[in-house]
Amino acid sequence: MATPKSRPRDGYPGRALALILVVTVGLVALMFGTGNTKPRLGIDLAGGTSITLTAKSTDPKAINKSNMDIATGIIERRVNGMGVSEAEVQTQGDNTIIVNIPKGGDRQNAADQVGTTAQLFFRPVLAVAPSGVTAPAPTGTPSAGATGTPSATPSAGATPSATAGASAPGSPSASASATKQGRTVGEALAAEGTSPSPAATGASTAPSAAATGSAAPAATGAPSAPATPPAAADLSAAMTQGTVPPELAAAFAAVDCSKPEVRAAQTGPEDKAVIACSQKPENGYYEKLALGPVAVKGKDVSKAQPSLDTQTGAGWQVQLQFNGTGTDAFAKVTGQLATQAPPTNQFAIVLDNQVVSHPQVNGSIPGGSAVITGRFTQTEAQDLSNVLGYGALPLEFAKSDITTVSPALGSDQLKAGLVAGLIGMVLVVAYSLIYYRGLGLVSIAGLIVSAIMTYSIMSLLGGGIGFALNLPAVCGAIVAIGITADSFIVYFERIRDEVREGAPLRPAVQRAWPRARRTILVSDFVSFLCAAVLYVVSVGKVQGFAFTLGLTTALDVVVIFLFTKPLITLLARRKFFLNGHPWSGLDPKRLGARPPLRSSRRRNPSSAAVKEA
Amino acid sequence: MSRFSNLGHRLYQGEVSFDFVGRRKLWYSISGVIVLVAAIGLAMGLHLGIEFKGGSVYTVAKPGLTVSQAQEKADQVVSSHPLVQSTDNGKIRIQVSTEEPKSSDEVRSQLAEKIGVPLDTVEAQVIGPSWGKQISSKALTGLIIFMILVTVYLAIAFEWRMAVAALVALIHDLLITIGVYALVGFEVTPGTVIGFLTILGYSLYDTVVVFDTVKENTKGLTKQNKLTYSEAANAGLNQTLVRSLNTTVVALLPVAALLFIGGGILGAGTLNDISLALFIGLAAGAYSSICVATPLLAQLKEEQPEMKALRKRVLQHRAAADKVEDAVAGDELADEGQPAGMVGQRGRAAGTRAKGRPSTKR
Repeated sequence: MATPKSRPRDGYPGRALALILVVTVGLVALMFGTGNTKPRLGIDLAGGTSITLTAKSTDPKAINKSNMDIATGIIERRVNGMGVSEAEVQTQGDNTIIVNIPKGGDRQNAADQVGTTAQLFFRPVLAVAPSGVTAPAPTGTPSAGATGTPSATPSAGATPSATAGASAPGSPSASASATKQGRTVGEALAAEGTSPSPAATGASTAPSAAATGSAAPAATGAPSAPATPPAAADLSAAMTQGTVPPELAAAFAAVDCSKPEVRAAQTGPEDKAVIACSQKPENGYYEKLALGPVAVKGKDVSKAQPSLDTQTGAGWQVQLQFNGTGTDAFAKVTGQLATQAPPTNQFAIVLDNQVVSHPQVNGSIPGGSAVITGRFTQTEAQDLSNVLGYGALPLEFAKSDITTVSPALGSDQLKAGLVAGLIGMVLVVAYSLIYYRGLGLVSIAGLIVSAIMTYSIMSLLGGGIGFALNLPAVCGAIVAIGITADSFIVYFERIRDEVREGAPLRPAVQRAWPRARRTILVSDFVSFLCAAVLYVVSVGKVQGFAFTLGLTTALDVVVIFLFTKPLITLLARRKFFLNGHPWSGLDPKRLGARPPLRSSRRRNPSSAAVKEA
Repeated sequence: MSRFSNLGHRLYQGEVSFDFVGRRKLWYSISGVIVLVAAIGLAMGLHLGIEFKGGSVYTVAKPGLTVSQAQEKADQVVSSHPLVQSTDNGKIRIQVSTEEPKSSDEVRSQLAEKIGVPLDTVEAQVIGPSWGKQISSKALTGLIIFMILVTVYLAIAFEWRMAVAALVALIHDLLITIGVYALVGFEVTPGTVIGFLTILGYSLYDTVVVFDTVKENTKGLTKQNKLTYSEAANAGLNQTLVRSLNTTVVALLPVAALLFIGGGILGAGTLNDISLALFIGLAAGAYSSICVATPLLAQLKEEQPEMKALRKRVLQHRAAADKVEDAVAGDELADEGQPAGMVGQRGRAAGTRAKGRPSTKR
């Protein structure tokens, strides 16, 4: 076994083995390094609720990727708006959205709400107050605070809109309190085309804000006065801007929007004034708002899209378009609102009774087109236009499947899957040991390598792309044991064929390889094709199954090329196999190789081949 | 096991040979009967699970709760007289139709209350009426796409005849599996559909391996006059028979584990549904790749003019060989001049392994 100078005929098995060892160890190290030591479990294994929503539409073309993405975004917003954290919403296939809500707590409310058509309304703002402010408010948080302490409100109420607008000319927003109160109020609504620049440029909006403000002093100053009495415990009352309708006053004072369940619980009829919370905190505080009756319905929005205003430097804004009904209603209500003082000149965009945004109106907007400006980032503009466009989305969602699995059943299912997998593996190992003896050990090693790689890749994918291992995926992995073992069988049988032909082991191993390789590649390709097609066209459970099957089939090729083949090449150099020990599984006698007379005739050219190598 | 191993050797050397290809009429009739029965079963209709009909299912685990007790409780909650069954693992399954006016939430919480179990231990599944249709139409789309792709692939990798034969075998397997479901009345669930779809891959996998050997065995076949295509194909089939059996056993072992262990611990469930379909499909797949796909392939190939010519030559050669038997006796070639009825393997398909094989030279 002297080392030949040229490349040995049986290649450099050590290199391939080293490579796969490095890869495997690398994967495992990565798995531990990133802390994703366990695959993420799907709802059916971990417990929880899984909701499958199917899009329906009268127009088949409406079910397309961009519409589905918008809908997914909205649903995610809605689910999370309901106080369900760690819920995940994803699109699957071309018309299905899956909402997975992990175990724990009563998430049934969410399960019920999701899938009902989202309710998007435009309501005039009557009053705004930060919620849950218990400590003395930092100056500047309430808009009244622009001039100093809350107690200064009554008279100051009118001034901020003018002064702030002047003192912050650089701010693109028209709102007086924009610099203090953050973006929500900082948003402005303007007629598109008719007066885009006033709304957009800070300097020119200020006058318009001042204009509205000038009409307002009486309106704002007076109403907020009764709300100002020094409130020691909850300053939010003191910070209330605008008038809360008397019938809601008590409720308004009681609502604490910092609690998710409270935010989700606010509902009210369309034609009456209601209380609603902001969906996201502003400057750390959720806002509570008293809102007038629905002025425009979300479904009357025909189009909403983000755009970048490069001319005036207003940055990202959202363009809105209404249909006929929407145009009329919008013109009417904006005409009324524009004459009001802050905050009652604002318009709340309400999704499922939670306020997404409440821009200020600078003038009547006829013509059905409007722009919302603010210091938006591109994502924010996109997000807001998605919400607005949702009403225009010609999609309806039907709840196709809602499955609630208790954690106990989940762990039972997982256990059953693991036990079945283990037993399946043991059976396969036992079979290959009995049938292939020494070679069986190779298949065991191969299966173990394959199992380690599959496990670590699954764990990593769980952390990386959110791959969740569900029951069918476990099933796929177990079925894959058969596919992996089969590749070994194909190769082993080829080697044995060669040995039966009378070839000595080392050449037999080499000659068997190209033929086995082709068979393995062709059949694995078919299997992979099946998995890929299944993955692409299917939803939910089937997809999990297809994914594992595809992954393990791909790994099978890797293992047989980089592990099994080199390992057998190495082993074929060992005496135990080379001399065909009865337990090696390659005993020529047992395999019934050609009778000695013929073998001797064959041996000569064959051994010549070895020398060549 | 050593006898089996020995069989492998004897099969390989052609000492023992099963004439699969020659008996194609037998296989065709067996398959025909099975498929016919399956078709009758299908015509009778499949027993579709709730996923295909719509409605809701609640599963409650409470020791000592009998079906009749549960029925009574469930009737108090649900107006539309739900179907109450006990599952294999001692749980109670309450199936409510789509007509139920109460929301699933209400039903679930009221059931929990009436039966007296914590809410989060009540499993619930609510399925819209069109969901099953969607799953099946998706599965069908997948099936068609896959069949087209795989036919194209096999036609390129092998040849169109092999693609056709493999496709027929595939449809054969699917029909048998679905037919068994229809006849026995197993419930068809999305899990079962997954199982059906997996059979696609597996059935073809097996067929592909067999065809690979057949292809190799029939390479350069027209250059000799000792074996017809059918005989050469059959020889290949016999050589790979042990592998086919081993593959099937190895594939069936984990599936069987899944079926019996998964079913044993959990009762009916996804694991069971997938593995049952797989189990039937795999068995059918092993049979069809040997007894349906290859004979069919041979039949198709024998229609080719050059294969017809080959058959003629082979028959002539054999007739001549019979006459001058004595003259050739003792020669090594005698091995190959076997009577037509016995499919000889000793000689292997001539020329198939000649390349780069000094040892093939005799």
